Amino acid sequence: MATGDRRPALYGVMAEFDNPDAVIAATRRAYEEGYRKMDAYTPYPIEELSEALGYHRNRLPLVVLIGGLLGAIGGYWLLYWTSVIDYPINVGGRPYHSWPSFIPITFETTVLVAALSAVLGMLALNGLPMPNHPVFNTPNFELATRDRFFLCIEAADPRFDHDATANFLRSLNAREVTDVES
Amino acid sequence: MPNARKIDEEQMLYTPTPLIAPGHTYASVTDKISSIALARRPPLGWFAGAALGFALTILLLASVAYLIAKGTGIWGINIPVAWAFGITNFVWWIGIGHAGTLISAILLLLRQKWRTSINRFAEAMTLFAVACAGLYPLIHLGRPWLAYWLAPYPNSMAIWPNFRSPLVWDVFAVSTYATVSLLFWFIGLIPDLATLRDRSRSRAGRIIYGMLAMGWRGSAIHWQRYETATLLLAGLATPLVVSVHTVVSFDFAVSVLPGWHATIFPPYFVAGAIYSGFAMVMTIAIPLRKFYGLEDFITMRHLRNMAKVMLATGLIVGYGYLTEAFMAVYSGNKYERFMVVNRLFGPYAPAYWALLISNIIIPQALWFRRVRNSVPALFALSLVINVGMWLERFVIIVLSLHRDFLPSSWGMFRPTFWDWSTYLGSIGLFVALLFLFIRFLPMISIFEIRTILPKAGATEVEGERSPSWRPETEGRPSTA
Repeated sequence: MATGDRRPALYGVMAEFDNPDAVIAATRRAYEEGYRKMDAYTPYPIEELSEALGYHRNRLPLVVLIGGLLGAIGGYWLLYWTSVIDYPINVGGRPYHSWPSFIPITFETTVLVAALSAVLGMLALNGLPMPNHPVFNTPNFELATRDRFFLCIEAADPRFDHDATANFLRSLNAREVTDVES
Repeated sequence: MPNARKIDEEQMLYTPTPLIAPGHTYASVTDKISSIALARRPPLGWFAGAALGFALTILLLASVAYLIAKGTGIWGINIPVAWAFGITNFVWWIGIGHAGTLISAILLLLRQKWRTSINRFAEAMTLFAVACAGLYPLIHLGRPWLAYWLAPYPNSMAIWPNFRSPLVWDVFAVSTYATVSLLFWFIGLIPDLATLRDRSRSRAGRIIYGMLAMGWRGSAIHWQRYETATLLLAGLATPLVVSVHTVVSFDFAVSVLPGWHATIFPPYFVAGAIYSGFAMVMTIAIPLRKFYGLEDFITMRHLRNMAKVMLATGLIVGYGYLTEAFMAVYSGNKYERFMVVNRLFGPYAPAYWALLISNIIIPQALWFRRVRNSVPALFALSLVINVGMWLERFVIIVLSLHRDFLPSSWGMFRPTFWDWSTYLGSIGLFVALLFLFIRFLPMISIFEIRTILPKAGATEVEGERSPSWRPETEGRPSTA
């Protein structure tokens, strides 16, 4: 009865592993099985995992490129507009548009805006800050920032079937398989 | 027995030390490093250090308050020496900051894994050094409450900063550098803040670390974007760090004073910055590893590598001194030549000789393996280099100003009590911030240490292992 009540509010099924190789192997198997809506949670970055999850597109570099270009154009425009258009000062007949002396500041604004867009872009694409999330309901999940590795197959996956998915995860050498309430 | 000891010593000298002492697991590194930040009470020595730092910070506050009340006349500066301790300290502090960025950004791009144990507190050091540095130009303004005039904003005076001036470039360079350093440091902290959130036993700790961690849950897809962001930031910070001291050197090189007007300045300043910065990292790392028992993470190999960087950058600095002197003599310009003579035999000659001895001669000891393996020797050397680099900036700034072209306008600079108190006070601010940092935040990057543990994952599985988990051995570059 308890499970019957819980099912609609289920976020997914979480498997807990105690080493990185196991979670990578499990993720590959789950991907082969046809699961797509899943995510792994690990204490440090593991490159193979995002590949195993079938995640290839990363738009962050584009965000940073656009940020950098905006910074460069904005910075140069600030210098050009103030020194040539808004308040030109004639210093010994030197050109108003003295571009070599505009380079340092243009460079700094490029780096500044690109760096800001790298950080803010990373947070925005990751949907952070998000103080709470269903996966935090998993028992032992506080160890995901210490020495445990987790794989969650989400209920939103079309192939998700509570019992079958849980059994499948159990077959992958998981220490523990638990339901995650949403 | 003597034989066994000899073998031990030989091993210590000639075999590569691992990056992390053997026997550590994900759990043990996490618990060891996070326990320092989460301890209910810090060790007694912490209170002693923090008390000293805060006492000197109060001295700084008093000095700045008096300065604002009275004006820059309380310092020994006057015409012709209008820049002295304030600008010397500014260049010194900002140079110290450069090592942190070098360790976190350039060594990351070069895949130098030994940076992992020292990058966190080196970045913190950068941040605090830049905070101390940024203070000086502001209080040197004379009317620090008008500092916002440096920013380009539409104002009722209808004028703009002079963007052709290196001093305005400096405003942009230093503020960008401070911002990017802060971002880099904070983004590196996020996963470790999540660790502290999950391991804190107090409610306040969970809430504060939790808010700072922003809900980090270690998702693999998040990690991937996170790694991309770190790499891109490193790529951006690398030219930035070079540009900052370059722009600082432009403050001098763009003028026409003998001793300032030199094309060697940008590379020579950048090398000097890295030199002094590594010396400061060493000065901080050696007591930290001792008092917090972190010898497993900050190993002799880290200290040796830093010693080698110091030796190399020290030689570049020496080359800079030689070039300065050579160009002065070879130019045939009598003012340039006089500058060299005045440095060697003028009224400030002791400062110049002390700088040559402490920056060039004493650090040659680093050629000897025995010195690179001796912790006390490295600590002493790092202090000597810190002093030497401060003297270098003093010599460049004051000696060029006090005797320029016309003997009738020569003068002397003598530091007053307030010069010294402001300098000591900024060291106090640096120490105080550093002690707060090691009390409340993980001083070593926990998640990055996890990635370099020699046996990530004890069991063997299908599929090849990624290069990032291969056991770390010296001399073998990690293949991409």
